[in-house]
Amino acid sequence: MFYREVGQFKSSYAADQALLPILQDRIGIAVILLVAFVAVPLTASGFMLDSVLIPILVFALAATGLNLLTGYTGLLSLGTGGFMGVGAYSCYKLATIFPNVNIIVLILCSGLFAAAIGTLFGLPSLRIKGFYLAVATLAAQFFLSWCFIRIPWLYNYNISGSIEVPTRTLFGIPVTGPTASSETRYLVVLSIVVVLTLLAANLVRGRIGRMWMAVRDMDLAAELIGIRLYQTKLLAFAVSSFYCGVAGAMLVFLYLGSADPESFSINQSFLILFMVIIGGLGSLLGAFLGAALIRGLPILLRHAPAYFGVSLQSATVEQTSYLILGALIIVFLIVEPHGLARLWQIGKQKLRVWPFPY
Amino acid sequence: MSAQPQRVAEAEPANAAPARVLGGVILAVENVSLSFGGVNALSDVSFDVREHEVRAIIGPNGAGKSSMLNVMNGFYQPQRGVIRFRGHAYHGMKPHAAAAMGMGRTFQNIALFRGMTVLDNIMAGRSLKMRRNFFLQLLRWGPALREETEHRRAVEEIIDFLEIQHIRRTPVGRLPYGLQKRVELARALAMEPSVLLLDEPMAGMNIEEKQDMCRFVLEVNEHYGTTIVLIEHDMGVVMDISDRVVVLDYGRKIADGTPDEVRSDQAVIDAYLGVTHS
Repeated sequence: MFYREVGQFKSSYAADQALLPILQDRIGIAVILLVAFVAVPLTASGFMLDSVLIPILVFALAATGLNLLTGYTGLLSLGTGGFMGVGAYSCYKLATIFPNVNIIVLILCSGLFAAAIGTLFGLPSLRIKGFYLAVATLAAQFFLSWCFIRIPWLYNYNISGSIEVPTRTLFGIPVTGPTASSETRYLVVLSIVVVLTLLAANLVRGRIGRMWMAVRDMDLAAELIGIRLYQTKLLAFAVSSFYCGVAGAMLVFLYLGSADPESFSINQSFLILFMVIIGGLGSLLGAFLGAALIRGLPILLRHAPAYFGVSLQSATVEQTSYLILGALIIVFLIVEPHGLARLWQIGKQKLRVWPFPY
Repeated sequence: MSAQPQRVAEAEPANAAPARVLGGVILAVENVSLSFGGVNALSDVSFDVREHEVRAIIGPNGAGKSSMLNVMNGFYQPQRGVIRFRGHAYHGMKPHAAAAMGMGRTFQNIALFRGMTVLDNIMAGRSLKMRRNFFLQLLRWGPALREETEHRRAVEEIIDFLEIQHIRRTPVGRLPYGLQKRVELARALAMEPSVLLLDEPMAGMNIEEKQDMCRFVLEVNEHYGTTIVLIEHDMGVVMDISDRVVVLDYGRKIADGTPDEVRSDQAVIDAYLGVTHS
């Protein structure tokens, strides 16, 4: 009953096309941002920040990237893990080569490397579609995984074969490395994710977003209204890989602190694909919901039994969370293929017309 | 070459019936032959389309009408012959190039972007006209925002014109068939085409929807001066609204002329009614 847009009149097209045309939505987002930027760093425990919020945000960004490609442009990709790895390794190399450059600049630059590699592997997308494209991106995934193991230059000839994040400071405060506090890393991750999500929202609402969706829904008709399929698909690959690359760099530099090739394996690709599917294809909100569910559920399952005085073995918990996750994916594919984001939308619509059915 | 349609009707006095002034030949099909393997879809077809006219292509099923449209806007490449648009001959033209030259098109079985709203579908039709680069789009700031608003205004005019205001925010997939056809016309109009290729715009419609569609087609023709090439099976409609008719049968042109000429042409009657082989 509070969620009504009655009396909110728009007198210009610009107002009608705003990101959040409804006042309540604007208030809601403002409150969420305020809580995320101020309340959470002040109150949340180190565990909450380190193991829950930071990974959820990082994976939400990766899922946003994949969503731009799969949900908006309709190109199925299984190379997400590889593209994240490109971001992570190029950020590592950049941090080694330019130790004095601002680390946030380096993280964003490493996205550009991922974008270049992503575009390269997107080249076959004009000729091959659907499952066959998925297989082509799978090849990208395996090739990149191979590079991360076999090219020692990428991990500075480290004997362990993994990369260790060096300490880098921003205005004298350590941001990365073992000495950086959880709060700092959380705030950096949050800022990058918020800004990039806003940019993605701008992109999908405008001409480029419409061109992507046109290619997704009917490529023949898209060509007919003057859209060049090849350029549009390659742009989607580039932007998507940029987001994945930045997410990969953040995964290593601001979350894990070190990484080996296993962090960017095919499993990672599948995990992010699940996030996108469960969250909702073609929805930016869905990427966040999907990441929160898939990252949050195992943690919840691990800690919930303790609250009720039930003690479970950690192996049991892990198995159970896999079981529940698998079941959820199947349920979602059958019941609501548009994912959590669509459920949220339906809920909002119900609120708008409450207490009437429509 | 301007893609802006010339507004012929506005030049006329308000009380007189707007007499359209037919211009020169805008689109010419010259000796086009198209075959798929051993099947000759079109053989040696030639005809022309004059600016501002309503040109109908008719013929029995499988006569090659849709193939003709597909050749005209570059979906198919003919083995022989050329398409001449405003005097330039084009070989191996791609559909997006045809769109850039000002050819709009609708399909026999609707080809809308089903996951997008009506508004987004029509806005997508203006993609070619929007110029702001990627980075401005990313920031959605200044020029990009102004451009978006300008095009929204143009799209709203088309929405008003086709009377689909009430479904603006509805995803296209949920609309009934007749409205989908109308949205497809709207998307084609958003391109501000100088030639509009309509593939059976009235197929599967009831009598009222057909009347509405006829009205829209004629208004587009009169109001924007858009040249219209349409395929239609409803002979009443064809004879009523078209200026000239070309008749295809088995991939060959068998007649070409005004509706009256075509109606009384023996070859056409034979093609439609069949001939007795005795």
